[in-house]
Amino acid sequence: MEQYEKIYLYKRIVSAKLFIDKFYADSIDLDDIADQANFSKFHFIRLFKSIYSLTPKNYLIHLRIEKAKELLREGHSVLATGLMVGLESPTSFAGMFKKITGQSPSHFQKSETTRKNEMNKYPLRFIPNCFAETHGWKE
Amino acid sequence: MITRITHTSVYVLNQDSAYDFYVNKLGFKVHTDVPMGKDARWLTVTPPEQPELEITLFLIIEGSMFDKETVQTMTSLIRKGTFGAAVFTCKDLLATYEELKSKGVVFKKPPTKEFYGYEALFLDDSGNWFSLAQINS
Repeated sequence: MEQYEKIYLYKRIVSAKLFIDKFYADSIDLDDIADQANFSKFHFIRLFKSIYSLTPKNYLIHLRIEKAKELLREGHSVLATGLMVGLESPTSFAGMFKKITGQSPSHFQKSETTRKNEMNKYPLRFIPNCFAETHGWKE
Repeated sequence: MITRITHTSVYVLNQDSAYDFYVNKLGFKVHTDVPMGKDARWLTVTPPEQPELEITLFLIIEGSMFDKETVQTMTSLIRKGTFGAAVFTCKDLLATYEELKSKGVVFKKPPTKEFYGYEALFLDDSGNWFSLAQINS
């Protein structure tokens, strides 16, 4: 019986995490998620952190920054990227981005664009030679 | 003296589908994705917390590396689930199991207690199987 209760508990926490994964770009109220999962806010935060090593709030911030990295790589502007991941204030977006990645969004985008251009121009520089030779890939 | 492993390969039957599986379902990060020729690309992914280990999603395709017979044999063996490709670890197996199942990942073995912790086995979209373990600290 204890095992079933544990599985039920896990399903609720995982579904809360998947909810954040799906709606990270919206204005998510973590109190609502805790309510929906039938937990007190304190209990929810404690369980979530024990599984994912981050509080739900910090998990949401990290997820938004990861998604922002993808959007910046795709060439979206810094301003648009912040909005697309649910961070409306450009200043707070840039601040969070730098705090987590160690570089500003524009600096990150510039270095990723340089890498992408180089990858397209000189693909074999990114492939160990043994594999390229085996495939018959040449410059 | 050998010091580290930087690249390892998983043979896959379709790189688009493998991309979806490893990136969107398992949550791996794309490291390098370069088109190489008409039908193939050099595609490597990394586990989220191990960015220095590139897993090459290696397409089984007829060409300089594999002849037609080899492609047929390997395709058949991979589809049959012959190859175990790696052991992945996670902090919490039960949570990871529930999440991956909800994303449609097929498990050959549910989380089971072992002497070193817990282990489950899952299949990728091609048919390679992997151990997913939570190791006792």
